[in-house]
Amino acid sequence: MISIFQNYGGALLYGLGQTLLCSIIALIFALIIGSGFAILEVVPNKFLRIIARIYIEVFRNIPLLVITMFFYVVIPMYIVEISGFVSGTVGLILYSSAFIAETVRSGIQSVDPGQMEGSRANGLTFWQSMRYIVLPQAFRYVIPPLGNQFINLVKNSSVLAFVAGFDLMYQGNVIASDSLQSMSTYLCVGVLYLILTLPLSYYMRHLEKKLA
Amino acid sequence: MLTVLGAYSWINIRFLLEGAWVTILVSVLSIILSYIFGLILGVIRYVEIKYVSAIVGFVIDIIRNLPLILIIFFTYFGLPNIGFKPDPIWASIIAMAIFESAMVAEIVRAGINSIPVGQMEGARANGLSYWQSLRYIILPQAVKNMIPAIVSQFISLVKDTSLATIIVLPDLMNHAQIIYGQNTNYTIPMFLALAVMYFIVCYSLSLLSRYLEHRIGSSKKGADEAEIVAQEAQR
Repeated sequence: MISIFQNYGGALLYGLGQTLLCSIIALIFALIIGSGFAILEVVPNKFLRIIARIYIEVFRNIPLLVITMFFYVVIPMYIVEISGFVSGTVGLILYSSAFIAETVRSGIQSVDPGQMEGSRANGLTFWQSMRYIVLPQAFRYVIPPLGNQFINLVKNSSVLAFVAGFDLMYQGNVIASDSLQSMSTYLCVGVLYLILTLPLSYYMRHLEKKLA
Repeated sequence: MLTVLGAYSWINIRFLLEGAWVTILVSVLSIILSYIFGLILGVIRYVEIKYVSAIVGFVIDIIRNLPLILIIFFTYFGLPNIGFKPDPIWASIIAMAIFESAMVAEIVRAGINSIPVGQMEGARANGLSYWQSLRYIILPQAVKNMIPAIVSQFISLVKDTSLATIIVLPDLMNHAQIIYGQNTNYTIPMFLALAVMYFIVCYSLSLLSRYLEHRIGSSKKGADEAEIVAQEAQR
């Protein structure tokens, strides 16, 4: 295992960086899109609610790999040439945004409806009450579950290995076939993934206990 | 239009359905295995046996925080090192079972924790031993609360079997790739078929989960408890 780190440390670290980069980009965009659809799910307009519902159900119930492969195979064939990293990240954004939307929606709904009624009664518009009254309270509830979504996102980013995204998992495969030591290579990769995910997961548990 | 008709010829559809059958087979077998192991591990984690529970808890945390693809690789390339060479189907069933057992163990622990302490105290006060109270009083109630969370876990399991195409499991995803590999005109129809098939399976399961949540919580309390279990299990 140590020899793997000595011989292929650069490649592994590069993969770790790509995994982290992809996860952070995906987190930012998925948060924006996900919160957007979460808000659309609670607006009074029925048409918008249905659109949000369809988006969420579709991307929640289709495997991440299918979405990612679609962007890797179909989009370059017909529309525009994109790299594996981009297609993987886009797939990850769409998939995670559906889950984040569910999380944020349950956060919004856990805010007492009286808050919305009160702020409307005080003359704020729907969007103003959402922006200044409901969302700030909702986000406090959803920070721990969002942290778990981020952990899932880091784990799911291993799907980049399918589309030549040069992430940690992909580098692991390359090194495993190059060094012929598959077990110790995958152990190294596992340790690197745990360095990313395990502290975060313990921190979220701590945070959840503190908020509860 | 012709390519669409060609893509959905009976031979291709049958080939896809064969793949879907493997997907369902692998998912069902691994959810059964992981339910059994998860129940045992979750109870071990709950009862606080000295050292054992802590170690089990740590191992569960490690497995939960690794990508499933990595665990699939471990079983497929690692098991031959100890003299057992599984075919792709068994390798994926074992990998899924390992991963999902850890997930289910957390659901079980959250389920047991959702039962008020008074139940255990009452059972003990009525003369049942610790294990008897666990077996006859706590677990039956906990399992009821766990059902929706287990069904949603099963949904993500069905989706995750697609990852096993990387070790050439002949599942739905793999068969679709074979078809569009032969004729690139079939790519879009195949992705459409994939999306529809996975969606039908997963969405009907999620409707089932929602229905069960309603049935369990014919009382509001039950529904709340089930919801809490589902949330806690994500930790």
